[in-house]
This record gives sequence, C-alpha cells and structure tokens, in this order.
Amino acid sequence: MKIAVCIKRVPDMEMRFSIAADRTSLDPTGMKYEMGDFDGYALEVGLQLAEKHGPGEVVLVSLGPDGVQEVLRKGLAMGAARAIQLKVDQVPFDGMAIAKALAEELRNGGYDLILFGRMATDTASGTVGPMTAELLNLPCVTGISQLDLTERTGSARRDLEGASETVQFTLPAVLTIDEGIARPRLASLKGIMAAKKKPLETKPAQLGPVNLKVERMELPADRPPGRIIGEGADAVPELLRLLQTEAKVL
Amino acid sequence: MSAFLAFAETRAGVLRKVAFEAVTAARRAADSVGGGEVHAVLIGAPGITQHAQALGRNGADVVYVVEHPDLERYNPEVYSATVSERVRSGEYRGAFFTASAEGRDLAPRVAARLGVSIASDVTEFEIQNDAVIAQHPAYTGKVNVTLRLTGSPALLSLRPGFVTPAEQPRDARVEALEPAMDPAAARVKVTDLAQRSTTKLDLGEASIIVSGGRGLRAAENFKLVEDLAAAFGNAAVGATRAVTDDGWRPATDQIGQTGRLVSPDLYIAVGISGAIQHLAGMRTAKTIVAINKDKDAPIFKIADYGIVGDLFEIVPRLTDQVKKVRSHG
Repeated sequence: MKIAVCIKRVPDMEMRFSIAADRTSLDPTGMKYEMGDFDGYALEVGLQLAEKHGPGEVVLVSLGPDGVQEVLRKGLAMGAARAIQLKVDQVPFDGMAIAKALAEELRNGGYDLILFGRMATDTASGTVGPMTAELLNLPCVTGISQLDLTERTGSARRDLEGASETVQFTLPAVLTIDEGIARPRLASLKGIMAAKKKPLETKPAQLGPVNLKVERMELPADRPPGRIIGEGADAVPELLRLLQTEAKVL
Repeated sequence: MSAFLAFAETRAGVLRKVAFEAVTAARRAADSVGGGEVHAVLIGAPGITQHAQALGRNGADVVYVVEHPDLERYNPEVYSATVSERVRSGEYRGAFFTASAEGRDLAPRVAARLGVSIASDVTEFEIQNDAVIAQHPAYTGKVNVTLRLTGSPALLSLRPGFVTPAEQPRDARVEALEPAMDPAAARVKVTDLAQRSTTKLDLGEASIIVSGGRGLRAAENFKLVEDLAAAFGNAAVGATRAVTDDGWRPATDQIGQTGRLVSPDLYIAVGISGAIQHLAGMRTAKTIVAINKDKDAPIFKIADYGIVGDLFEIVPRLTDQVKKVRSHG
C-alpha cells in the first residue's frame, strides 16, 4: 500500500506570539516550530496501515520554506520512507493555492491513500485536504476518528456535533484524520539515525493563484488577571452573587 | 444588487440552527449591498420540502429543494456536485456555509469544484466591492486574523453560534432541483448516523459548560460535574484531554487544542489544572470559574472567579445553590 501523508510545519502553539511590524504576520524572532498536531495522527495512521497492509511505502509531503525539512526529518525518523518538500518562501493562507500545488505533486504518484490532519493548528481552516481530493477527483472522508480498511474499500467513523457517522468509501481515497485514532509514536534513536540517510527531495511548489490573504493580525485582548474569591465551600454564596450581579450569567 | 446563496444544513430530516444562521448571514450580506435576493439550498429525503418555508423567516426569497430517497443522510459527493452546480448557475456574489463538521466537509469541496477560495470558520464579515473582509480566530484562538477574500463567488463558512438568526419574513418561493449526480454512483456513502443523545446539548451550542479534569480522581465522580450541569438546565459537559485519554469520557467531549474550541458565556472548570493545551480550547469563554485544590494551578491565572479547595465539598454545594436560584427564577 502506497500512502502519502501531507504534513504542515506550524508554530509551537505553547509559545507567546507577537505580531510582526507588517501587522500581517507573526514575529518570527525565537519562533519554534513543530509538526501540526493532527498531522502527527495522520502520519501514525499511515505508518500503521503500511505495516499492516504491507509491503508499503509512506511518503511525506510538505509545502513550505527550507525550515520544513526539519519536520520532514522528524517524520522520516518516525518511519516514513522518503519525503518531498514543495518549496515556497512563504506558505499562503489560501487553502486553494496550496491544494493546487499538492494535487500537482500527488496526481501521478500512484497512491492508494493520501492522508492529511483534520486541520492545521495555525490557520485552523481544514480546507486543503478536501480541496486536494476534489482537484484529484478522489473519494474523500474528513475528520475521521476510526478507520477499517480492506483491499479496495474502507469504513470510517466521523464525529459530528452530538452524533457520529459511519462512512464507506472506495480506494484510492483522501482521508483527513482527527485526534484519538492513534497516538503518534516517538522516534527511536535508530529511527533518528536512519532518517538522516533517507531521501528528501526538494522541488518548487506549483502554487495556485492566491485569493485569500491576511489583511491584519491582532492579538486578542488579554483576559483580566485571575481572581481567587475564597476557599472551600463557604465561598460558594459569594461565587453565586458574583455570577448573578457582576458577570450576569445566572 | 447581488444575490447570495446559503446552504441549509439538516440532520435526520430536521433543519439545524446553523441553517438559520447561514440564511441570516446571506440576508445581511445581500442587504448590505443593496438588497439582492437570498437563495437557500435544502437537501434531503422526500419530505424535506416541508422545512423550506421556515427558511423564509430569516429572509430567503427562494429555496431550492433537492429531494431523493438516497439523500436521507449527508452525501459529500452528491451535495458538493449539486451545490456547486447551483452556485455556478445562480451567478451569486457569495455563498454561505457553516463551519460545522458537515459544512467543513462540504464547503471546501464546493470551492475546489468552482475553482475559488474560501474563508473558513468566520466570526464576522463585510462585503466590499472587490473583496470580502472576514474575521477568523486562528492559532488556537491566540491570534485574530482579518482575511481579504477576492474573486467571485466568495465562499465563507461561518463559525456556529456567531450569527444570531434574525426574523425577516418572506414568502419563500420553493423550487425543486435535481441532484447533480446519481447518488447510486457516489464513491463515499454515509451508511449510518448515530445520534448520541437527543437531550444532550452540544458543546458548541451550550451557553454554559461545566468541565472536569483529573482532579475528579475517577470516572464515576463525573457525576458531580453532570449534576452541576443539570442544575443549570442549559449546560453541556466537557472534559480535559487527560480525562478523555483515560477513557473517563468520550473523545468528543474533549475541550482543547486538539479537541473542541468553545466560547460559552460561562465556563466552570472543575479539578482542572489548566494545561496550555486545555486553555487553548476555552480561553475565549466570557466568564471562567475555576474550582481546584491547588492555589498555584495555572487555571487560576485566567479564572474570573476562583475557589481554592476540595471540589468534593464545593461542587455539591454549588449544585444545590444553583438549583435554588434556578427554581426561584
């Protein structure tokens, strides 16, 4: 089974962000990066499927500047066979522009499955996976939390608000992966050593036209500092009073 | 004057609240540029037409209804083919979807079929001559992004709960539409829809959320959280990742960076220390209450009202008092 896993390099969300002078981007000073949360789950699913339905190959694809190579190496250390960087200086916000570049790369790759995370943790849009599927005219299931595959078909569970769906699909297919399906493995020392020698190919990304641009970025107003109103159950009447008269939520 | 389209989401043959939100947004968009028509698309099994008039209440002039025995449940391929076909023939200035699980699946597909871009998970928007300006919280709610979407039609998916459905009654004209592809030919099929509980309020729609963490010590102690939620009457129950990872609660209850991002009026954190991964999911709540035994827990740094102490004593007392307040109106 030949599987492509598309991953995105995103800022470490635990950092304190500041806005750059251009007001349209984050200040990159001291920025740390990681693989998107959901992309990690997608990669784990890909690796497990390749092990189970072998012989197989897991190919990583990431669009971005040279900094994405670090994230690709990490994915190789986890067990992917090779990696492709679709090089751009700056990753646009427009999912459609990115989907076009990915579809161009994936179209003739002969993949049985193309996996994405449910969404990138930075832009939080979740559009690139289903858009890529449409551009490739492939079946697609988004946000899946359970997966069973046979030779040419699959069954997935998708969580909705207050409900879940069982979805049947045929392969080849594009799937976007939600949390909870499989815990991403940690790279072993052996994996990390092996990753250094695995092929990582860089080619220019064929981005589509960019029609969705960042006009402005702002940090939300800080919450007022926290306030401890009391200790133990005796503080409950005061809490109720504040909820009724100050916060007016009761 | 420009016309706008709204996708009316249904579940199990019934309109969801987000359907009225999408129509209301389309009405607002149309009125902001001179009062063009609003069209809605409603898809379902035979009988779904009965709901078409309800969309007129929020300002739909025309409702295109697609009825087919095989469309009792969502079908991504048939829906996206049919909606994009409708958008193409209607020459709309824009089309509104919802950033729900279904809308997040459908809207990008429609965009790709039309070859246009989409602004996703939008909380506010403004239609300009040559662009749509849209607000989108990103980076786990830590950055507010203002987006400029060019090209026509402009596609937007709206964050649920951010548009208040408004009454602008019209006599909606109902027109039947054929599915743009044969449902039997679809390669993706939803074969089952399991509603969890019809009485259980969804986290995204609840104005009050009571959430529990490891401080509850055992799965069965979540009863304290459930009782408090029940005392409010209109509250949903959430959990931290530690708790869903341990199987105390289903994964779908998880609030946080990799779970649900919620902004209720009131968020009560019970036995939650306040890991960054959890704060990412609830920091935009209007009022935050924290109950925790550790006075140095990070949750107290963002809690409007914190009580330090034993949750096993505090929560039952709070439940009691909330019940009293609720029963006296």
